Parts: sequence; C-alpha cells; structure tokens
Amino acid sequence: MSVENTPATAAPAKARVRRLPPEFNILVVLIGMALMFEALGWIFEGQSFLFNILRLRIMILQVSVIGIIAIGVTQVIITSGIDLSSGSIVGATAMVAASLAQSSDYTHAIYPHLTNLPAIVPMIAGIIVGGLGGMINGGLIAWTGIPPFIATLGTYVSIRGFAKWYTRGNPVSFLTPQFDYIGSGIVPVFIFLICAAIFHVVLGYTRYGKFTYAIGANRQAARVSGINIKRHLLLVYTIAGLLSGLAGIVTAARAQSGQSGMGVGYELQAIAAAVIGGTSLTGGAGRIWGTVFGTLILGVVTSGFTFLNINDYLQEMVLGGIIVGAVIVDQFRQARRAKV
Amino acid sequence: MLSPTTMKAVRESGAVPQASWLMEIEGVCKSFPGVKALDDVSFQLKRGTVHALMGENGAGKSTLMKIIAGIYTPDSGSFKLRGQEIKLVSPLDALENGIAMIHQELNLMAPMTVAENIWIRREPINRFGFVDHGKMHDMTAALFRDLNIDLDPDTTVGSLSIANRQMVEIAKAVSYESDVLIMDEPTSALTDKEVTHLFAIIKTLRAKGKGIVYITHKMNELFEIADEVSVFRDGHYIGTKDAAAVTREDIIRMMVGREITQMFPKDDVPIGEVVLSVKDLSLQGVFSNVSFDLHKGEILGVAGLVGSGRSNVAETLFGVTPATSGTIHIAGREVVMTSPQVALAHGLGFLTEDRKETGCFLMLDVQQNMQVAVLSGEYIRGGFVRQGALTKVCEAMRDALRVKTPNMQERVENLSGGNQQKVLIGRWLLTKPRILILDEPTRGIDVGAKSEIHRMVSQLAGDGVGIIMISSEMPEILGMSDRILVMHEGRATGILNRDEADQVKIMELASH
Repeated sequence: MSVENTPATAAPAKARVRRLPPEFNILVVLIGMALMFEALGWIFEGQSFLFNILRLRIMILQVSVIGIIAIGVTQVIITSGIDLSSGSIVGATAMVAASLAQSSDYTHAIYPHLTNLPAIVPMIAGIIVGGLGGMINGGLIAWTGIPPFIATLGTYVSIRGFAKWYTRGNPVSFLTPQFDYIGSGIVPVFIFLICAAIFHVVLGYTRYGKFTYAIGANRQAARVSGINIKRHLLLVYTIAGLLSGLAGIVTAARAQSGQSGMGVGYELQAIAAAVIGGTSLTGGAGRIWGTVFGTLILGVVTSGFTFLNINDYLQEMVLGGIIVGAVIVDQFRQARRAKV
Repeated sequence: MLSPTTMKAVRESGAVPQASWLMEIEGVCKSFPGVKALDDVSFQLKRGTVHALMGENGAGKSTLMKIIAGIYTPDSGSFKLRGQEIKLVSPLDALENGIAMIHQELNLMAPMTVAENIWIRREPINRFGFVDHGKMHDMTAALFRDLNIDLDPDTTVGSLSIANRQMVEIAKAVSYESDVLIMDEPTSALTDKEVTHLFAIIKTLRAKGKGIVYITHKMNELFEIADEVSVFRDGHYIGTKDAAAVTREDIIRMMVGREITQMFPKDDVPIGEVVLSVKDLSLQGVFSNVSFDLHKGEILGVAGLVGSGRSNVAETLFGVTPATSGTIHIAGREVVMTSPQVALAHGLGFLTEDRKETGCFLMLDVQQNMQVAVLSGEYIRGGFVRQGALTKVCEAMRDALRVKTPNMQERVENLSGGNQQKVLIGRWLLTKPRILILDEPTRGIDVGAKSEIHRMVSQLAGDGVGIIMISSEMPEILGMSDRILVMHEGRATGILNRDEADQVKIMELASH
C-alpha cells in the first residue's frame, strides 16, 4: 500500500471540527484586565485608561523588547527547556552593538577607527553575539546533557560578566542617528510584531515547528521517530539567542547607549509572558499568539498600575502573583485534560 | 554483511530478494551485568503470519523483541532480514528497514494531533516549504480507511483512549510500510470490544503479508490470533509450535518446565484470627465494593490483569489514595485510612509495584534505604537520629535477608534487582508489620533471588504476619497463596481457596 500517493477518492473523512483555540482565553483575560483598568481609571483618576494614544504607545513600546525575547523563550519552553540567560544576552549585545554604532563626533569611542559605520554593522554584530550565546546554551544542553536550568544559569552569570568586561563597566554612548532609529517611534513594536508573525508561521507550519513540539511532548517518541534531538535543541536555543540579541540591539537603540546592566530581569519577564500566554512548562504546548497576549498582559498590568499611581514595589509583588496564578491555571487545565 | 543503509537502498530499489523467511534469528546471545538474558536463541518469522512469543516474566521475550526492534544489539548470533544479514544500530534504523514496534508504554506525543504523530519527520511539504496540513489529514484518513480505523486525524492524541492511541501507533507503523510489526502485550489495557477491533486490524495486516511478532501472557489470545507460537524460558529458546496443533497444557509445560508447586514453597502454618477486614471498599471510578478478610499467618494472593485495580486497592489500603466509601477494620477496630502515616501506625507495610519509581531511593545507600520507614519513635531521641542503634538493626536485617552488597554505604542503584527488593522488604520488616502488602514482589528478578524471596514471605507468614501478595505470575499466585482474590475491571470477581484454585479458574474470573 502506498500512502504517498493518496487515492483521488480520499476526501476528508469528516468535516474538521473547529474549536476555540486556548489563546482565546488569554485574549479574554487581556481584554478583561484592560477594561478593569478603564473602570478603575474613571473611578479613581477621572480619566480613560485605554483611550489615550500616548499611554497605549508607551505601554506597547515598554513590552516590545520583552516580547521579542519571549518569542524565543516560548520555543525553548515548548521543548521543555528554560532560558535564564536572555537578559544577560541583551546586556552583552547592547554593549557590542553600541560599541560599533558610535558616531565620529565622539572622541573617546571604543573603536576610534570604527565610527560612523552603517547601522547594519552593529546589527549584524549584535545578532551574532546573541546567536553565539544561544549556541553555547544549546551546545551545553544537547551534548553534555546538563539540565537547561543549570546551563543557562551558568551563561546568565558569564554573559553578564562579558557585558561588564567588554568596556570594563563603562557605558557606550554617542551613537549614530541611523542606529538610534531602530529604537525610535514605534519601530520596536514593528520588530516585535514581525518576529511574532514569522515565528507563528514557523512553529505552526514547518518541520522545525513540528520537531520543537515533538521533543517537548515526548522526547523518547521524538527520538524513536528519528528526530535529531541534539541538533534541533541547538537550533532552538540559538534562535532564542538570536532573538535576545535583537532585543539587545533595540534596547541599546532606544536608550541611545549601551550599558552593561541592560536587560537585568528580562529573562524572568519573558518567561512570565510565555507562561501567562499558555505555554506549558512541561513542554509540548504553547503558541506564539498566546505569548503575544501574555506580553501585552504584562504591559497592561505595568502601565495600569503606574496609571493608578500604585507603588513600583507593590507592582512587582502583584506581578509575581500573576505569574504564579497563570501556572496554577495551567495545571488545572492539564489536570482536567488528563481526566477526559 | 550489508550495512543498514545499503539494505534500505536495496529495499527502496524494489529488488528485494525473495527469502523463505521474513526474518531469521539464530544463536543470539545477550548478557547484561549479572544476567544472561538470552542464551543461544533462535527465532524465525514467516510472511503473513502472527507469531506469538510466550514465556514467564524474565524468560527473554522482551530482550529478544528489543533486539529485533534495534533497541539492543546482540552480543553474538546472526540476524537475517529477508534473507540478508543485517545489523541494526538504532530503533530508527529498524524502522527504516521495515521493522516497527508498537510500544507497550506508547511512544506518542500527547499534545500533538493524530496526523502530526503519524507523519512526524515525514510531513508532506508544499512548494513553499510549509507543512501541508490538508494533505497530511488526507494521507492519515486514507491510512485509517485502509486499516478500518475510525479516528479523526485532527484530534490530539492526549484526548484519545489507550486503545485508540494503540491504533495510532499501529497506523504509524504501517505508514512506514513495515514488514515486521512487534506488539508487546497490546491487549493489556483494552476492553473486550477493543480487543476484537484490534484483532480485526491484525488480521488485515496479516492478509497484507506482514509478519507480526505478538507477545502475550494470555492463552486464549494465542488460540484466537496466533499462527505459530514460540516459547522461551529463562533466556533459552524452548521451541516453536503450530498454534492450531497445541493445547494450553503443552504451552504451560513448555513455559514452566517444572512442577509448579515445588518451585513456590508455602509452609503450612496455623491460620489465626482476622487481622484485616475490608468491606465494600471503593475508590470512585477506579474500583468498587471490594471486600475480603485477611487472617494472621495467611497469604492472600491477588490475581487479575494489569489495570484490573489490584494495585489501586493496595494503594487505598495503605492510605495513598483514600477510599471514597467502604470500611477497613484492623484487628477488629475501624480505621479511617487517610494517609500512609495512619497505615504505618496501624502496622501496615507496603512493598510497591515499581521498585525503581516508588520503592528505592536509587541515589541513596543501603542503610538510608532500609531505615527510612523507622525514622520515628524508638530510633529518635531529642530530635536526633540514633544512628548507632539503627545501623546495628539494619546490618542484622541485611544478614538475615542475605542482601548481597559490599557494605551498607553502597548506593542501591548498584545492586541487582533481587537485592534491591530485599532491601525494600527489609525496610518494611524493620517496622515490625502485622500486615504486609506485596505488589509484584518478584517482578524482574532472577530465579534464585525469586525463590529466596518466596521463602522469606513464607517465613513471615509463619511468624504471624498477614500478607497480601499481588502478582501477575500465575505459578507464584498458585504456589504461594492460601486464598486467591481475583479482580477484573475494578471488581473482586471471586475468592478461591488454595485447593480449588487453578490457572483456568483464575483466568476465567480475571477475564469474565
């Protein structure tokens, strides 16, 4: 019997049942939270929360960088891994990219002979740094077999160290206007959404995506089906590194400088965005749209609290609660699925 | 010898040499540290036949099967596939050479769809490089129609029943155009109706000229589906028979090769008063209305197929999953068994089914493993463990049980299965139990250690301990038990006395 040549009579056996995707729930939560702040805004501040273009812009801008990282982190988590190093990679790429983006107006440039370069040079350099960081993660995890948590905890420390060592802790400033453009206006939002669209397609409609889910869903089954797990993990972590690198470039361009402390804590926010967006920490499940909504939820909460003049520290406390809450909900969902 | 890749190329070219045997294995040996799992084993498979492998646990069936599926490589011997000598290096290698295994532990990716599971790594790709989901759906539907499987290719595997997951595995194997399909106890978790469906599919596959290696413990399946049967015992090949020409007794004689009663000694000891009385014990959705009494000095065997609720009853008795209704009386007093702490306090001990998962602390040493259940009461003073006293009693226990270990500081993972089991039995004996529940006490351990454990259990009964022994091994149940409780699909279907019990009666009650 040949299954490659499907007979002409092979019409779909049944009409495909369309069910609401799980991302729908997260969208409902997002809208619900926005409406909640809208209501609170009228009650406590006497003004609208949502109908304020400037606020919305700031809100999305703030989380774009987290969103770009979260797209990579989502893929890592789908393989049932974790990436703690993304914030450090942001710092390292911000430094390297900025150092190659300096303007000749500045007399104390890091590389005095490499000033006024076209913006593509620091971009490529930054992406390479990010990719290398990711490759180290992936290589360690795939070939030494150490847990992703430990591997990326190590690179989290080391790559941050590299970012500080690169200029002995000094910030890099006076960047070319061309480079700064990457972080201006709503360019970061575009970058975020384009990345999201690309990886939505890649995860859902390519073999790369299928392998990513398969490895997280059942590694043994993936191996028996002939997937080269080591190579694929290397690829996934490298892509996560590349995206963190891109986030680093955007961060440096937005701040118009490179600082070794950039991106501290971003890794946790990115993981939070993915988890709030329905990516399961046990692996095998999760989608980019969910992560986009998760990222926006983080944005709404942060900017909503600021809008209501709630203390910054209190915000952090609540944010922690939201992350834990999202995982609890995920567990209940899984338990219910297991019962069916 | 052709390398697997050459073999694959030959196969793809269509110039497959016609051999009389689909698969021939001769003089295969395989050893693991401390155990010779296969000793000079031969096996031949014809096209278009279902070939059953039978034997007790540890007979070597699983090892042989894993060699065929490319999971193990044999130490010596020859392996011919379609007349060509071949050396498989991995499960994937076997798959690409047309050998597929339907795994007992089901190697599927639960969150993904049926179609994705079947075509993983071989997804149809459209001209833009994207996976063509429509075509993948249609390919799956065609495959299912061919095999008479009624499943939606787009549902997630996680939402399917075990039986349906098995169908997906079979379809996956067929999609590789495999000639050899290995099924390892495929019916162990299926209902009668599902079994009928499975057999229909197996017959379809047989008619297509596939060779099916069918591992089973169930006699009636043998006569229903198998064309030939090969029997193994203690790593040796005993013989192959035409399934139509053998009787149940022939097979048992080949499998056991000795008188059952001699192998499993249970000394006659006086049976005392009731120590445990269970009435209408139920765990909603798992088992219901289980009632029995256990006497002092008695061994109550519990038989039934895997999934019949045997182990669940044990877990409920020990307070792991408290009952939803029913009563438990211990020595005449009602006990509400809410947790293992309560069970321990009432003198229960529980040797769990899965030594490695729920029994041993593999990374800890023999001492730590043995003493863990008695880290309270007399061995604790002022919050500190009286290690000196504990070491002394543990060493005494090690000597009494003849645990083979270089010293008490050896990690338990380095011990053989039989010695690990003895350590665990020692753990419970230190608690001085009045009631001991043993779930598969001799699974996967060699024959010598097995009989030692049997002697130990018998001696315990002699000391007045009431023993509940769950086992899948019929001879063990028949040889050791004073009475036998049989379970089927969450219900106790009968209790047999030692003198009236035999294999047939038990099987009847267990499969109803």
